[in-house]
Amino acid sequence: MNVINLTSSCNSDFVRQVEEESGQQLSLCYQCGKCTAGCPYTTEYDIPVSQIMRLTQAGQKELVLKSKSLWLCATCESCTARCPNKIDVARIMDVLRHMARREGYGGVKTVKTFWDSFLHSVQKNGRVFEVGLLANYISHTGRFWTDMGLGPKVLPKGKIHFKPSAMQGKEEVSKIFRRYTEESSK
Amino acid sequence: MKIGVFVCHCGSNIEGTVDTAAVAAAAREFPGVAFATDTMYTCSEPGQEEIVNAIKEHQLDGVVVASCTPRMHEQTFRRTVERAGLNRYLFEMANIREHVSWIGKDREANTNKATDLVRMAASKLLHNRPLLSKQFDINKRVLIIGGGVAGIQAALDCAEGGLEVVLVEKTTTIGGKMAKLDKTFPTVDCSCCILGPRMVDVAQHPNITLYAYSEIEEVSGYVGNFDVKVKKKATYVDWDKCTGCGICMTKCPSKKATDYFNEGIGKTTAINIPFPQAIPKKAKIDADFCMKLQKGKCGICAKVCPSGCIDFTQQDEFVTEKVGAIVAATGFDLFDWTVYGEYGGGRYPDVITSLQYERMLSASGPTGGHIKRPSDGKEPKNVVFIQCVGSRDKSVGRPYCTGFCCMYTAKQAILTKDHLPESQTYVFYMDIRATGKNYDEFTRRAMEEYNAKYIRGRVSMIYPKGDSLLVRGADTLMGTQVEVDADLVVLAVGAEAAAGAAGLAEKLRISYDSYGFYMEGHPKLKPVETNTAGVYLAGSCQGPKDIPSSVAQGSAAASKVLGLFSKDKLASDPQVSVVDIKRCIGCGKCMKTCPFGAIKEIDFRGMKKAEVIETVCQGCGICTSTCPQGAAQLQHFTDNQILSEVNALCQF
Repeated sequence: MNVINLTSSCNSDFVRQVEEESGQQLSLCYQCGKCTAGCPYTTEYDIPVSQIMRLTQAGQKELVLKSKSLWLCATCESCTARCPNKIDVARIMDVLRHMARREGYGGVKTVKTFWDSFLHSVQKNGRVFEVGLLANYISHTGRFWTDMGLGPKVLPKGKIHFKPSAMQGKEEVSKIFRRYTEESSK
Repeated sequence: MKIGVFVCHCGSNIEGTVDTAAVAAAAREFPGVAFATDTMYTCSEPGQEEIVNAIKEHQLDGVVVASCTPRMHEQTFRRTVERAGLNRYLFEMANIREHVSWIGKDREANTNKATDLVRMAASKLLHNRPLLSKQFDINKRVLIIGGGVAGIQAALDCAEGGLEVVLVEKTTTIGGKMAKLDKTFPTVDCSCCILGPRMVDVAQHPNITLYAYSEIEEVSGYVGNFDVKVKKKATYVDWDKCTGCGICMTKCPSKKATDYFNEGIGKTTAINIPFPQAIPKKAKIDADFCMKLQKGKCGICAKVCPSGCIDFTQQDEFVTEKVGAIVAATGFDLFDWTVYGEYGGGRYPDVITSLQYERMLSASGPTGGHIKRPSDGKEPKNVVFIQCVGSRDKSVGRPYCTGFCCMYTAKQAILTKDHLPESQTYVFYMDIRATGKNYDEFTRRAMEEYNAKYIRGRVSMIYPKGDSLLVRGADTLMGTQVEVDADLVVLAVGAEAAAGAAGLAEKLRISYDSYGFYMEGHPKLKPVETNTAGVYLAGSCQGPKDIPSSVAQGSAAASKVLGLFSKDKLASDPQVSVVDIKRCIGCGKCMKTCPFGAIKEIDFRGMKKAEVIETVCQGCGICTSTCPQGAAQLQHFTDNQILSEVNALCQF
């Protein structure tokens, strides 16, 4: 195990930034582990959520932002619901994800691509168009056989549409994206 | 009047942000001030000597000290001016520490505010008059509320000290929570075996009057002379005749009454004596379950009772006791853990509380000391303990540590192994708090000798799996989620203030914190006093406590009562209301608003007038603000004194 120097390696700007963006107070966490105890995805995580909280408290920016766990979190909010100190842990995970992405941490490629495809679809169609999303995702990842087995089950139920559904306010939605791009490029 | 002003530095506490020399210099210009200076520590011996010398040298007849809060040193300085021959009420204190230096950093603003406060104090002092207290008799009897181990200890110590004791207990027997425990930590000695003799002592002591199954209805009066109305609740059994033989219990056909003593593990009969060592060992009928009282049919107990003590017509009875002091020892209750939906919220029969487990472990309990799963009566193999249920949890409004659960959980893990050698115990904990004598060694023994598996982490959920339960938690030291198959889960439920604690506090006129625990006079220096004279605290009513601490507080409260009663008379506080008979129009409004009944009506040359009973008046000032004529005036806080302060402050 690596030795962490708690004085020199603590990035207090990182701690402050996480607190500001999430509106949560990290010092409230007393490491009871109840978030990890209830986390349905902890089996897939490289670092359990309670340890993400601890590393964030200790200002270990690098270790936190390169963690795969951020990208595997399903935002089910079990952690938030169970936290005895009422910390919105899922919110913190979300903030960390944003930070990781902004600062160019790779994360888990498939998850990143899925999100990009999802947002792209929403931008274009005003809401998600599943088949378009699927095509986009597959073409970027090359995972042709992913969830193939679901097709025969979902098709007869009429859940899959081959044309994006018409909706009102499509233009307004794409305005949100434009505003985001403009403001984040400032 | 010649006033002397002493402005205290309090080391750097005040001088750090207040220019005390400038305050003293400004004070020299105030009306009546003949002398002003600043001193390093006014409360020190040389500081007090300086006051005494200044009074003599400058013939001062009033003193202002500008320093800390009057709660701290008002008494000190009153005695100082008294030593120099002045009346103690020709003294005023300006609080320039808590109200000025500690709360602001701007030296100039602080100096100005401190000057204002001294100006107010000096101008009030110009209107002060000497006041003298009167002596009054005290009733050397003590009321103790609550018959748990703290109340028992206080009662026995007071009784041994020669006082007459009235002990009031809410349930039908004394013993409290300790009587429900099987063993005690860290010695693992039988709880009832060590408490039982004390309970017998209470029953047999000639100085103790015990009212069991009784509650406090009303408290009036003041230190030295309280009148307490006690409600003796109807038991439907004449306790003078009941011998505690228990035949009624064996014959009672209503066998589904709630068993409060056994924490709902099993049921009991409608007529019931809670446990074999009960004091007093008398039966009581639970009216909710008695067929005779509910439906008018049955009455078997009355037929079988050899002493003929059953009385279905019994009513609540009220008695009034006169006492000089009161000790509140009302203990705690368990937090309602069913708010934890993730632990089943009470739906799983095999998830029980620690106190239910105690009753299960106890040989006189409903299972005869056998550990059985409530669902199917089978012996459990894996027993999981979960600590901090309703402790250290802000999300359920209980952020405090109950303090004794770590220890009783270790004890229960040890006892589990003693009862069921084949069993395996698991303890989910957050931190082990074992700070008493031999406490940490005890928790280590649970791990090292009894093989209790301690897991550092909280439990997120419990759910049924087959006929057992799956406990999912975290092992934060391992850094992973963990699961344990459990046959029985015991929740270490935290303590909260006893049901009805707030209502009693209002009757006793004492304050309580946001969790219902009674407030002590001072967190360090007055642990068993309250801010109401003559009312003391013992045990868990002040905050969760283990047995040794509760016993220590019981003794401490008794020693305070004995100290109070070591005097034959108490001095009354002369800061009471006085009615100016010339101004009084006899409207009677003051009598109606006085919360202490301290104002009586008198006949003065055929006219109705009000008169204050000096020893009853508590100096609250409500009559002063009610009186339309300004006839009722609170001494030391008269309208003129307060207005002179206002004028001093608002002159610019």
